Amino acid sequence: MLQQVEGSQAVAETVAACRPEVICAYPISPQTHIVEALSRLVKSGELTNCEYVTVESEFAAMSVAIGASATGARAYTATASQGLLYMAEALFNASGLGLPIVMTVANRAIGAPINIWNDHSDAMSMRDSGWLQLYAEDNQEAADLHVQAFRIAESLSLPVMVCMDGFVLTHAVERVDLPEQDAVDAFLPAYEPRQVLDPAEPYSIGAMVGPEAFTEVRYLAHLRQLDALTAIPEVADDFSRRFGRTSGGLVRPYRLDDAETVVVALGSVLGTIKDTVDQLRDDGERIGVLGITTFRPFPAEAVRKALRDATRVVVVDRALAAGMGGVVGADVRVALAEESMRVYDVVAGLGGRPITKASLHTMLRAAVTDTLPPLSFLDLDTNVVEEQRHPAGRRPDRP
Amino acid sequence: MPYQHVPFKQTGTLVLGNRLLAPEQRTVQADQRRTNALSVGHRACQGCGEALGARYVLDAAMRASDGQMVVANATGCLEVFSTPYPESSWRIAWMHSLFGNAPAVATGIAAALKAKGRTDVRVVGQGGDGGTVDIGMGCLSGMFERGDDVLYVCYDNEAYMNTGVQRSGATPPAARTATTEAVGPEPGNVFGTGKDVPRIAMAHDVPYVATATVADLRDLEAKVERAMTLHGPRYLHVLVPCPLGWGTASSQTIEIARLAVESGLFPVFEAEHGEVTSVLPIRQQVAVEDYLRPQKRYAHLFGDPVRTDVIARLQEIADRNIARYGLLKDAS
Repeated sequence: MLQQVEGSQAVAETVAACRPEVICAYPISPQTHIVEALSRLVKSGELTNCEYVTVESEFAAMSVAIGASATGARAYTATASQGLLYMAEALFNASGLGLPIVMTVANRAIGAPINIWNDHSDAMSMRDSGWLQLYAEDNQEAADLHVQAFRIAESLSLPVMVCMDGFVLTHAVERVDLPEQDAVDAFLPAYEPRQVLDPAEPYSIGAMVGPEAFTEVRYLAHLRQLDALTAIPEVADDFSRRFGRTSGGLVRPYRLDDAETVVVALGSVLGTIKDTVDQLRDDGERIGVLGITTFRPFPAEAVRKALRDATRVVVVDRALAAGMGGVVGADVRVALAEESMRVYDVVAGLGGRPITKASLHTMLRAAVTDTLPPLSFLDLDTNVVEEQRHPAGRRPDRP
Repeated sequence: MPYQHVPFKQTGTLVLGNRLLAPEQRTVQADQRRTNALSVGHRACQGCGEALGARYVLDAAMRASDGQMVVANATGCLEVFSTPYPESSWRIAWMHSLFGNAPAVATGIAAALKAKGRTDVRVVGQGGDGGTVDIGMGCLSGMFERGDDVLYVCYDNEAYMNTGVQRSGATPPAARTATTEAVGPEPGNVFGTGKDVPRIAMAHDVPYVATATVADLRDLEAKVERAMTLHGPRYLHVLVPCPLGWGTASSQTIEIARLAVESGLFPVFEAEHGEVTSVLPIRQQVAVEDYLRPQKRYAHLFGDPVRTDVIARLQEIADRNIARYGLLKDAS
């Protein structure tokens, strides 16, 4: 049903349509509107057969989800930023135990300095947690990805993070075609766990594994991630057939035909990038965009195929690995190790700084003339940096 | 669980006295149809109080729930010695997640069962003192205040034994651990205020709080049975001596637990909705010195000179417990 709706509300109603049985909630900006809306749906009786548990921390939120999922319940939670870090230990546990929990991450910076605004530092810091990571480009996709996420998670016995940009998407009101209940029911079968806590068939779940088998356990986890590279496009195709629109999948090419320059990015910034690329196309530049929807597992082969004819690749990273550079950029370079094109990494939009078309335009103009450094920071205010590095009165060389 | 034959030699000494009792009064462990929740072959040390306590608690809870029970276990000795892959000593539906989250995992299990309408299945959470009074305290308090339908059991051996006997929030004053060594002018653990989790649980006004020890296993079973008749958050704190950490002989586990009770250092009581409803009176009071002396973790108190000052401070703690709970019949 088409609605003019806030992103958080769209996600909450879509999650409700997936019939979760246990929802755990601990509030953190900018995730709050999602769990508030779900609370209303449960309390009002619109979402039935669902326990809504208000916990005392994100660590508890994920732990409650772990217990619920291991008992065979479809479990959901949402978080952001510091909250994601606070549940880090439980994240690795959920994936290690193969529990198909679905979680929304309303992407936000992590501190210090404390900052509530949007970037991808939170989810990127958990990229090796064993969770699948899907990034929504807009609120339609954010809603759709949740329906797909439950099916992917449950078919693979792996947890899935649906990442949507905090505020930029969570608090944006736009037109969303909310998945109808009947269609969701047809698309998403009831959860049938592979192993469940049941007195009738008592399993020991979560045994200690020593050096004799730990490598094999980890290797199997890697294989299951690789299985997702097949499962995710299949689920996206089926979704497209049933719902009549394209959401999800591994990567999303835009105007890549004959493109010499390709901009790679994740999330809501793709819209701004596409507009900028359209302008550059109008100016005669052969430029395109590759959106990465699935960041974990990293679709290295799909990325390589999409980029192999390019002369240069510009990765716009919404997170910084200090001391190294861009996070997505590093993975793209690995995917392109056998190729000869230049790769530029641009760290942009940290802590909610807007990524404007004007800034992108200037940066991409430099890229197409190969005057961009390998690693750069969009709109970096060098005056502030210099002032902080050499505060007035403490300049070492001042006479 | 289906009926499982238990050889007579395994049924324990309680079986003999039980023959004189009516069947309904006999202990769970004397029942050949008991679950054997924690079965033989696990890797606990000889004389492990925690293994003993856990077996009695879970078998009693299994009987009380008619075998319809799920357990969430914190990381710690109990988890490590029972489930080295590919072995498991558990004959129950059992899950281990992390060190600090067993109460929250239990909450999740209870929530899932409720959502599925499985009102017949009961949930037990359990962990050691580290997992309960320290790293799991937040999750435990949350489980209490929300009113989640979970029996949580803490097996308290008064230090982090699994990692090599380091101090926990449940380590008593003056006790030597690997992080409170018996060196310097004030050897052993500090005299802090302690962290009395049974009373913290009572402050949440939960339906049931009880303490017990492995010195009185029938009392332990009875408390589990009582807890299982109730719903909502319930808390059971069981003192389980650790021969390795306390520096006692494997054969002394029961004796040391009894001395902890008889000295007044470990008060055994029940409370409902925040009010104490019963106490196990001291039968024959002993000085705390008699409890401390057999344990190597207190050996530094009995050197030259004997630290009578420290022993007196520990006696004050016991005396305060005796007064608070009325542990001496004559005293009240």
